[in-house]
Amino acid sequence: MNAIQTDSLTKYYGKSRGITDVSLTVGEGDFFGFIGPNGAGKSTTIRILLGLIAPTAGSAEIFGKDIRRQKEAILSEIGYMPSEASFYPHMRVREVIKLSADLRKRDCKKEAAALCDRLSLDTEKRVRELSLGNRKKVSIVCALQHDPRLCILDEPTSGLDPLMQREFFSLLKERNAAGTTIFLSSHVLSEVQRHCRHAAVIRGGRLLLSDSIENLGHTDAKRVTIKGIGEPPVLENIKNMTTDGDTVSFLYRGDTKALLAALAALPLTDVTIADPGLEEIFMHYYDE
Amino acid sequence: MTIFRHELHQGRNMLLIWSGIIALMLGACIGIYPELGKDMGDISAMFADMGGFSAAFGMDRINFGEFVGFFGVECGNVLGLGGAFFAALLGISALAKEEKEHTAEFLLSHPVSRSNVAAQKLMAMAAQILLLNVISVAVTALSVLAIGESPDTKTLALLFVAYLILQLETMAICFGISAFLSSNGPGIGLGIAALFYFLNIIANLTKNASFLKYITPFGYTEGADIIANGSIDVKYLSVGLVFTLAGVLAAFYRYGRKDIG
Repeated sequence: MNAIQTDSLTKYYGKSRGITDVSLTVGEGDFFGFIGPNGAGKSTTIRILLGLIAPTAGSAEIFGKDIRRQKEAILSEIGYMPSEASFYPHMRVREVIKLSADLRKRDCKKEAAALCDRLSLDTEKRVRELSLGNRKKVSIVCALQHDPRLCILDEPTSGLDPLMQREFFSLLKERNAAGTTIFLSSHVLSEVQRHCRHAAVIRGGRLLLSDSIENLGHTDAKRVTIKGIGEPPVLENIKNMTTDGDTVSFLYRGDTKALLAALAALPLTDVTIADPGLEEIFMHYYDE
Repeated sequence: MTIFRHELHQGRNMLLIWSGIIALMLGACIGIYPELGKDMGDISAMFADMGGFSAAFGMDRINFGEFVGFFGVECGNVLGLGGAFFAALLGISALAKEEKEHTAEFLLSHPVSRSNVAAQKLMAMAAQILLLNVISVAVTALSVLAIGESPDTKTLALLFVAYLILQLETMAICFGISAFLSSNGPGIGLGIAALFYFLNIIANLTKNASFLKYITPFGYTEGADIIANGSIDVKYLSVGLVFTLAGVLAAFYRYGRKDIG
């Protein structure tokens, strides 16, 4: 069964574009990255899945349940971490965590205590006293304490220090190993590359591609770095060229023999031909 | 009932402050009655000479020599207007405040339907209004005992019931408006309560504007009419109940469909 399945999901805010024809499939048990620059439509997609906003057209199912007709049943199986964690400012952290558990009609005291301990979260503080990072920690506890079947995380690591980010991903990997599906929206490409098995790229409200991280990393383009020259070789199909002193670097997508012939004619001192990094590939989609 | 309890907890300071202020003013108002009673003949004559001003507040139809007449106008203004402001603030903030402070996203990402959220918020507001009125009745009873008056309890009870319904109607109308707002609108709420109050004054000033009593809930809480007739005017009350229902239905309808930003 798929954890998430959307079919031509479209959202317009009046005349403004939110997302257009987004058809996305996330398998159950996957660790899925949802990548795109700011304003690409990541949060809009997530908010439709959670029933916070209604789609203009299209449909979506979570664990085979329709997001419009079976919203409460779906939400009982989801843990959601918003990009901006906002809680009732006068409440204490423990009260917020209990309120979240009570709204789910669940007793999550034991799991909540374990999570607070791992995240070093002071539960006696009031929400208004918390830094952004600590509010994120409260959000993590609220999203995970009921052992959800699907975690939807919208830009979860902003505001978390590197140590806490490591602990957070360690938590997610444990949950994922136990069967929880993780849907991670992010514009931090390195964290998607490091932790996710599949990813989709969204830009300008449209889904550009969705595949395994391994397949996304495969490309017929090569990153060529040449030392000892000041000018690039005369070649077609060169992109993203940079020059640093006597070093020239560029992406080449063309005939390998033509590349080698052009290189042989140059007074170079060193040459590297390698697959481009995943980040570079994603940046290519961002910029295109 | 998690949201109901949560709402009561969130609103406890506001309830304490408004109950305290209204109770204090009611107590003070009742407390000065014995002193005023000595000069009541002069005061009644003064009101009789004030023409339209007295009519605006219904003072031309009331015997200030009786405690219940004094209570119907002076204390009625305190509990009517103060209670309406409190109810308007409750109603207008109920749904809009969650959106303004971005807590709606937290609340609605839990497995609870929007109609359930709205219903529990509505019940919590009604409970808070009821509590404010219970406190007001208790302070009035104690103050009346303290000054040694024994007013007609049926008339006093009718006045309190009318004020309670006025507050519930004001809350319901503001609750309906709240579902259409995405930011907190206390100014709108207070403005609506004040508008209702002044519409009633205008309706009292001229017969040409008496239709306004159908619009404002202050129309059926007019102390002079309740005391004179021994009942709440059903024709105004019926329209008020329709407005109340319309406000609640509008809130449920709009909140169930709106995009949460």
